[in-house]
Amino acid sequence: MSNPVTLDTAPSRQEVSEVLPPKQSRVWRKLRKNPAALLGGGIVAFFCIVAILAPVLPIPGPAATDFGAVRKAPSAVHWFGTDELGRDMLSRMIWGAQASLMAGVVSVTIALVIGVPLGVAAGYARGWTDAAISRVTEALLAAPFLILAIAMAAFLGPSLTNAMIAIGISAVPIFIRLARAQTMQVLTEDYVEGATAIGLTHRDIIARYILPNIVPPLLVQATLTIATAIIAEASLSFLGLGQQPPAPSWGSMLNTAKQFLEQAPWLALYPGIAIFLVVLGFNLLGDGLRDALDPRDN
Amino acid sequence: MNTEIILETQALQKRFTGRKPFFGEAKVVRAVDGINLKIRRGETLAIVGESGCGKSTLARLLVRLMSPSDGTVVYQGRNIANVPAEDMRHLRRDLQFIFQDPFSSLNPRMTIGALIEEPLLVHNIGDRQDRRAKVAAMLARVGLPASVIDRYPHEFSGGQRQRIGIARALITEPKVVIGDEPVSALDVSIQAQVINILQDLKEALGLTLVIIAHDLAVVRHMADRVAVMYLGEIVEQGPVADLFANPKHPYTAALIAAIPVAQVGARSAAAQLQGDPPNPIDLPTGCRFHPRCPHATEVCTTTRPALAATGPDRWAACHHAATLSLQGHAATGQTRSAAAQARFDLYRDRSADAARTTTPT
Repeated sequence: MSNPVTLDTAPSRQEVSEVLPPKQSRVWRKLRKNPAALLGGGIVAFFCIVAILAPVLPIPGPAATDFGAVRKAPSAVHWFGTDELGRDMLSRMIWGAQASLMAGVVSVTIALVIGVPLGVAAGYARGWTDAAISRVTEALLAAPFLILAIAMAAFLGPSLTNAMIAIGISAVPIFIRLARAQTMQVLTEDYVEGATAIGLTHRDIIARYILPNIVPPLLVQATLTIATAIIAEASLSFLGLGQQPPAPSWGSMLNTAKQFLEQAPWLALYPGIAIFLVVLGFNLLGDGLRDALDPRDN
Repeated sequence: MNTEIILETQALQKRFTGRKPFFGEAKVVRAVDGINLKIRRGETLAIVGESGCGKSTLARLLVRLMSPSDGTVVYQGRNIANVPAEDMRHLRRDLQFIFQDPFSSLNPRMTIGALIEEPLLVHNIGDRQDRRAKVAAMLARVGLPASVIDRYPHEFSGGQRQRIGIARALITEPKVVIGDEPVSALDVSIQAQVINILQDLKEALGLTLVIIAHDLAVVRHMADRVAVMYLGEIVEQGPVADLFANPKHPYTAALIAAIPVAQVGARSAAAQLQGDPPNPIDLPTGCRFHPRCPHATEVCTTTRPALAATGPDRWAACHHAATLSLQGHAATGQTRSAAAQARFDLYRDRSADAARTTTPT
């Protein structure tokens, strides 16, 4: 017998319809087993809930002054103390969380909306499209992220909205790069050639084959970039280029607090801790997502 | 055998050009170099050869997953090498492709149902109910339960995925299916299963199959005709039994001699082929096979042999085809034990039953 593919090996029905493993969400299963990611998710969820509930919580308004209680240390009445105008620090922290989280999410959304289509276009089309997009990206990347954001915010004029736009645009090159590289990698897979082979159009190939397969790394990057954007917003507000008084933001609170570091250190302490915690939370969550979405190990 | 030509290539060439160095010329690889191939309606044609001989490139040229550098690929009177992209998209309903690697050829983000239904959507075949019925029938034909439609590719084994790939390729009832080593990534036991499914479907749908392979056992089992490729050229072509029994080109003889024989005393003396194929950038003069050929003479080093008729439906590109007497390999694979025969018949019956009961006609 020279022929290993003999008909003796024809399968029975049992072999053909063998039992399949139960269907489960692998990502969620892996994320649940990662305590650091759960902690990160918990921190992020906590701040989000507090920020959303700000209007209904039993706290004084963030701009309500009380000149009888200026720069008071934390007490039963003012849990986090009061600032130099007698405003309740807890209230300002909670309302400031809104500004910080919004700045993070909105600016990253701007970066994704601009960066991903450009990156996919560059990676898919190659040639001069890629060359043009990549050269501009490299030029933007040559300037440090924060410097670029500061320059752009200064150009647009100081306001929280402009700060978000400036941060978003500064983060665009990261997403162009990532989307381009991921697109090129997905293009090497047989299933993209298979999509051409059954007669799909370029538009359908991008929508149904490229985009769904580049989402996981983009999601991870977006989570990590939210943390960076929150720091950037705090930095811009600290410099007076972000949230404008009297509206609170953690960065502008730090800016004021620096004048009273000796007399009222809690003014700097709470915003500092909050920024630290939120950034840590997003980073832990991003790292956890990266591991959970990696299909290489189960 | 029907001799109507369904797909034909003329002087087909694919060259890959390297980066041009600062001095001198860019290096050119001639992956497919002047191939004339006539594929007959309803046949199974196998294209065999070593790794790197251009088989997969040829397969992709046949369905324009790559565009040729030169020459034509004619399907139903049209040169698909230069039809407009939109027309080509419609032609793909008739020309389908099965990939070698079942692990990278299915989109991991789509369910099995969506994967198999997609070609019907692309070509606007049927309404929602028709498409669902067709998907269910096709799943039964490739031996998968209907419950798999909501599952994702990573939940399946290699053999199962390859059957999903076959279902996807055949759901539009194409005329020609090109298989680029469709079973070489699978275990031998699974290979037989997938080959049987492919053959059943070929019969049922009246397909023309072009199978790219390097495993001659697979070829012998499936093919009606064989074309042997070496360094971008076809060196021999003919009906499978005749070509195996009586090879005319020393390269074919060497490939046949390399088939393992599971019978004491039946092994051939020594390996006939020595060395690796030459670098395709720097091809030998004359016959491309001459540096490795045990029968090479003076003329082989200077003159390139053309593919010439050596018998009824037999072609070989060798200067000495008429004079050499090469060792073939008689058919031995036909003896089947009674038990094996019974199991084989049972499998066919059950498959036919399954196809009948799940096809709402």
